[in-house]
Amino acid sequence: MPDVRMKVWRGDATGGAFVDFTVPADEGMVVLDVVHRIQATHAPDLAVRWNCKAGKCGSCSAEINGHPKLMCMTRMNTFAPDEEITVSPLKTFPVVKDLVTDVSFNYEKAKTIPAFKPKPKEADGTRRMYQEDIERVQEFHKCIECFLCQDVCHVIRDHEENKPSFSGPRYFVRLAALEMHPLDTNDRIDLARLKHGLGYCNITKCCTDVCPEDIHITDNAIIPLKERIVTRTYDPIAWALRRMRGKSADLGAGEPEPPSA
Amino acid sequence: MAEYETHDFDVVVIGAGGAGLRAAIEASAMGVKTALVCKSLLGKAHTVMAEGGIAAAMGNVWKEDNWKVHFRDTMRGGKLLNNWRMAQLHAQEAPDRVLELEEWGALFDRTNDGLILQRDFGGHRYARLAHVGDRTGLEMIRTLQDHAVHRGIDVFMECTLYRLLTDDGRISGAFGYWRQSGKFVLFRAKAIVLATGGVGKSWKITSNSWEYTGDGHAMALDAGADLMDMEMTQFHPTGMVWPTSVRGILVTEGVRGDGGTLKNSKGDRFMFRYVPDFFRAETADTEEEADRWYEDKRNNRRTPDLLPRDEVARAINTEVKAGRGSPHGGVFLDIASRRSSDYIKRRLPSMYHQFMELADVDITKTAMEVGPTLHYIMGGVRVDADSAQSTVPGLFAAGEVAAGMHGANRLGGNSLSDLLVFGRRAGLYAAEYAKRVPQAPRVDDRQVDAAATGMLAPFERREGGENPYAVHADLIAAMQELVGIIRTKSELEEAITRIHAMRERARRAGVTGSRIYNPGWHLALDLLTMLTVSEAVAMSALARQESRGGHTRDDYPRPDPQWGKKNVILRRRDGELSLVTEPLPEVPAELRPLIGEDKPTGKVALEPVAAAGAKE
Repeated sequence: MPDVRMKVWRGDATGGAFVDFTVPADEGMVVLDVVHRIQATHAPDLAVRWNCKAGKCGSCSAEINGHPKLMCMTRMNTFAPDEEITVSPLKTFPVVKDLVTDVSFNYEKAKTIPAFKPKPKEADGTRRMYQEDIERVQEFHKCIECFLCQDVCHVIRDHEENKPSFSGPRYFVRLAALEMHPLDTNDRIDLARLKHGLGYCNITKCCTDVCPEDIHITDNAIIPLKERIVTRTYDPIAWALRRMRGKSADLGAGEPEPPSA
Repeated sequence: MAEYETHDFDVVVIGAGGAGLRAAIEASAMGVKTALVCKSLLGKAHTVMAEGGIAAAMGNVWKEDNWKVHFRDTMRGGKLLNNWRMAQLHAQEAPDRVLELEEWGALFDRTNDGLILQRDFGGHRYARLAHVGDRTGLEMIRTLQDHAVHRGIDVFMECTLYRLLTDDGRISGAFGYWRQSGKFVLFRAKAIVLATGGVGKSWKITSNSWEYTGDGHAMALDAGADLMDMEMTQFHPTGMVWPTSVRGILVTEGVRGDGGTLKNSKGDRFMFRYVPDFFRAETADTEEEADRWYEDKRNNRRTPDLLPRDEVARAINTEVKAGRGSPHGGVFLDIASRRSSDYIKRRLPSMYHQFMELADVDITKTAMEVGPTLHYIMGGVRVDADSAQSTVPGLFAAGEVAAGMHGANRLGGNSLSDLLVFGRRAGLYAAEYAKRVPQAPRVDDRQVDAAATGMLAPFERREGGENPYAVHADLIAAMQELVGIIRTKSELEEAITRIHAMRERARRAGVTGSRIYNPGWHLALDLLTMLTVSEAVAMSALARQESRGGHTRDDYPRPDPQWGKKNVILRRRDGELSLVTEPLPEVPAELRPLIGEDKPTGKVALEPVAAAGAKE
């Protein structure tokens, strides 16, 4: 097989540039294989994250020719023979080194979502749920936390200043998964608007386009959440009922306990 | 003096897969100060790749199922080399651990009456695996991860611990480095839970990721703990074989659990010719009975496609060697001709996706090509069955890094349940132990300085040293060739000789660049760990002169009743590895009738055995 050429971004927080590499090709190679071969033969300190190499763990996210993708699921035969291939780190997060970025933003946001809080068990001590009632939540549970949706979302990709008030599509999926869970009793609707910035999303569906798990992030998670917010916040009848019942969202429920350190 | 940051905890859990997360949750719930340290980002550990399900005798699908049947299946699957007490605790506690995940938000597939659905898997008499399509591990790790995060457990991500520290024979801490910055970090701890997973990265064809370098095995050995039955490695029968770049990636046993069957190049369902006597009474001997079994388990016996993994892997190996393999050196796994396209996509979505994306194969239309891949190690750190404590006070181990539970061969689905049951136990007993330790642990500066000096040595050699990637390539080739599915004395001796030579090269490894996120440096350090573990496997394999479960000797092709009563123990004293055998704890009289009287006998299936009704 002919050699394969690839331009890989190398650098750190202070800057960097694309570096050209040429390595021998193998049948069925994916981009991650080429990066590994570069490591083994040319650049042993080339930084890259990976684990499963089968699209299940979401570690090897990068921008391939500018598109957010998993390196392990991008076959080399999807490029034209003379096509220039570039691999660069996720743009939305600060670079640590080469293809590795600091994705701690995501783990911090995860801590701010109130935990699952189940209702009491059935009288016979079981939990009965039906397949048709859980399927829409199972779709959200397919998320592998590759953060490609976070990377592509222009609310934070191009606006660093929005990061404190916007949690991004990954966490809208998480909010929707909890809100639609048949057993959950926590209420996160006001929180989605006030703390996670759901209102910033103007449903351009970029997140849905890049999701390697084909989760319909916009249609199935974000829009239903937006509808619930509208009903809650702006529907006068719902507002009146809520006043009569005196129910208010428990914003603090499930907040992480302070670290014991 | 090395520069490092210091953290103080009661319990430090190393590894954040299922066992580590479950241990940390339990320790934290016990009210002790708990840290969770992992090499990758949180949620990326190997558990995420588990596909088929969690074995637990909940009896949701078959009322006849209970812990006793699960115990029996586990012991027989392990060729009776299991620690009986671990197998008992596991079978008894697994249902509660699964239901607990549901309390924490997991959503398993459902039965028609709204309970957790259970699927068929190899070696399990009844459909027993709680699952979510073929991405059960993802559901499990994310549920545990979210639960741990909301408990406020301190998580140290991308942090590699490299040496355990001891004070007068007791655990006092662990020392390692941050992957991102390369800076050193010291944890002072009263108790440590090893949940570091397995060793597969020392083989060429493996389903394991880069993390599986056997850190826990090697650290425990160096700290004075016993390793047990390290020769017991599991080759999963169905890994992808083509294209080359994906060779070894797992194809779930769920394919066969859901109706898929193995065929050779002649279209022959060859597994009917490889049923050993030990399993003959419970295995179908005609294709018709095997096919009926999926629907009616009361009146039919299990398909031989779902014999335990060691039997199936050897059979595939034999078929390929006999020239009846598939074009790329595997055999065929066919579900396309046996189940509808909708069913396959619903039950096995990630397999469909994996073959479509990586191999251009539509598994709803054509058969997959599969072959054995190093998947798991049954051997590991020797632990007390109830408390998960190793032979070193304060050092606990759970999950794949621990030995005993699975004996000579692990049944599919028994790993995720193992992680939950013994992860919880390790966390519980580590916390109790830490509460009993009166004083803060003392750290010996000499141990820390020695570790730090060794870890930085590759930077001094720079380009002049050995390329760690080249040494690793040689190691995985040697282990694949010499310590594979079928082993023999001369090859194992050759492996040990080569490992010694490679260790000399690894000690001369040089790395370039800085300490910041430097994979070459990380590999140079991991290499020494992998070589330790590889030597342990080869030495133990050489010692056990019989064939049993995951350990097959060409020169000793039968199970030996005497060896069936022995564990192979490795320990390091004054720098030298020593090997002894010790008696396997005897199954108490009241449990013996559950297992059945017959023992594994006869030659293992190095060649087809003539089964009644089989066709050739």
